[in-house]
Amino acid sequence: MKRITIDPVSRIEGHAKITIHLNEEGQVAGTEFHVTQVRGFEKFTEGRPFYEMPGITARICGICPISHSLASSKACDAIMALRLPPAAKKLRELVHFAQIVQSHALSFFYLSSPDLLLGMDSDPAARNVLGVIAEHPEMARDGIELRKFGLQLIEGLAEERVHPSWIVPGGVATPFLATARDHALAALPAASEIAERTLRFFKSVVDNYKEQIEFFGSFPTMYAGLVDAGGNLQLYDGGLRFRGTNGEIVQDHIAPEDYANWIGEASLRESYLKAPYFKPRGFPAGIYRVGPLGRLNAADRCGTPKADAEFREFHERFGAVAQSAFHYHYARLIEIVFALERIESLLNDPQILDSQVRATAGVNSLEGVGMIEAPRGTLIHHYKVNPEGAITWANLIVATGHNNLAMGQSVNQVSKHFIDGTKLNEGMLNHVSAVVRAYDPCLSCSTHAIGVPALQIRLVDAAGKLLDQLTTD
Amino acid sequence: MNKAKVATVWLDGCSGCHMSLLDMDAAIISLARKIDLVYGPLVDAQEFPEGVDVVLVEGAVSSQEDLNKLHKIRQRSHVLVSLGDCAVTGNVPAMRNSVPVSKLLHRIYVDGAQEGKTVPVDRVPTLLKQARPLREFVKVDFYLPGCPPPSKAIASFITDLLEGRKSEASSKVKFG
Repeated sequence: MKRITIDPVSRIEGHAKITIHLNEEGQVAGTEFHVTQVRGFEKFTEGRPFYEMPGITARICGICPISHSLASSKACDAIMALRLPPAAKKLRELVHFAQIVQSHALSFFYLSSPDLLLGMDSDPAARNVLGVIAEHPEMARDGIELRKFGLQLIEGLAEERVHPSWIVPGGVATPFLATARDHALAALPAASEIAERTLRFFKSVVDNYKEQIEFFGSFPTMYAGLVDAGGNLQLYDGGLRFRGTNGEIVQDHIAPEDYANWIGEASLRESYLKAPYFKPRGFPAGIYRVGPLGRLNAADRCGTPKADAEFREFHERFGAVAQSAFHYHYARLIEIVFALERIESLLNDPQILDSQVRATAGVNSLEGVGMIEAPRGTLIHHYKVNPEGAITWANLIVATGHNNLAMGQSVNQVSKHFIDGTKLNEGMLNHVSAVVRAYDPCLSCSTHAIGVPALQIRLVDAAGKLLDQLTTD
Repeated sequence: MNKAKVATVWLDGCSGCHMSLLDMDAAIISLARKIDLVYGPLVDAQEFPEGVDVVLVEGAVSSQEDLNKLHKIRQRSHVLVSLGDCAVTGNVPAMRNSVPVSKLLHRIYVDGAQEGKTVPVDRVPTLLKQARPLREFVKVDFYLPGCPPPSKAIASFITDLLEGRKSEASSKVKFG
């Protein structure tokens, strides 16, 4: 038995490695997906005042700090048992959609487009965002500008792009200024054009990826995402829906405070990332996927005109339940269109300039759960406090975690199809990394940890002896 | 002119410093003409190369693997920069430092799981007793504090360094 290690996996958000076991004939016998750091937010926050949690847990992730501050603030809202001022809820939604735009743009343009535009087998030394700038400058500029649109809107609302202190228990810290609103409205048409142009481009080339669609995590699982009472896609509020592989609704409108009745977590020997599973089906049969694809498979529609047209076309092309992880890219681009439509309608709502944006209260409940759809999927913050408001217990189930089992199976499927251990090359292994990238995993989030992504491939035998090594230098 | 070899490294942090680096937006296009990004989360290099001119390191040192990496990085780089509060002081990763590692892992993987209930051991790195800042292990040439350091401070620091000026980035940064 031989073993290949991809360590670390590059162009993902966080630190992972992959072990591929080969049999005597050089064929893939099995794979392991390892997430390799852990930080322990659930333990070290014990004893801290609950209202510090949005600021502390934002530091779980520099890409989606908004998601953590939102889920955390929602859990704090529940502890205070208060009602948000209507403008506060709309402003939270607005900042959330802005984050969806910038985070999805990062995933597509900065991290995955090098594989799609330059080729999975292209020179690894140039297969990165600077390579895209050199070879496809218009596409690179589109990505930079779209990400910038989202971040400038965040800055206009919250003053800072990364780790703002604006989202707070009970609402948001300061009202939205008309000047910032007008600035965002002026920049919006260009951002929408980029989103629509990119989606048109992707639809025109997606058929070139038949092999990836067939083997990139293409297997039946359930899908989960938040929906409103009418089954429309929701990102900030709503109940959790699980949809089965044949399109049937397995469970619907799970309230945040009931999540633990439906979702369990399994520890794995080979990874610091736990694997959530759908409790009624047990582990590991209760496998499901979240994120852009999970949401578009779970929801009945988006609820905005342009995104709904795209939603229908997507499902007509790839089925009512699109099963391949390669479709995460497509779903992500549709969600950017959706987020921009929602941003437009919120910016045009006069109530978002209201000066009442924060409610205050003390501890009125000793437990609170906040659940939202982060860019990468369902995010749950669950806190218990003592009557003085100190955290006594915390549990976080983070977007990427839900996909842990599916990412493991996808790595296995891609490895079996693309890797031939008798003539190993870097491109084969980049396919394995690329399927992980499709999920856009945020491993910093998911283990509340982080690491150094890059790619090193070593072929070792069962005794650990180095047989072969691939490097780009 | 030879392009400067620049690397970025991400230890135990949240990637927010890397995001602040990208927040220079379109300025990255002109920067790309002056530098080769030879290693880091945004590129596919497999091994940290020799002879790196500048390395920006985000995050605290939290595992044995982080520490091994840091020593290698120091050895192979002319200028090493502590990027952000976690690299400079330990910051949020160091909030775990008062909790023994075994208790931390037990809370997450045994008490915090309904299945498996075991601390991961197969091919995952060992945590150090505490998460510590870079300067406790290697010589640090420059510090850019902030959570994260402002994008402008990072961009002007890199530009100053490339053009051989003494950086005044410290006037643009603050902790937190």
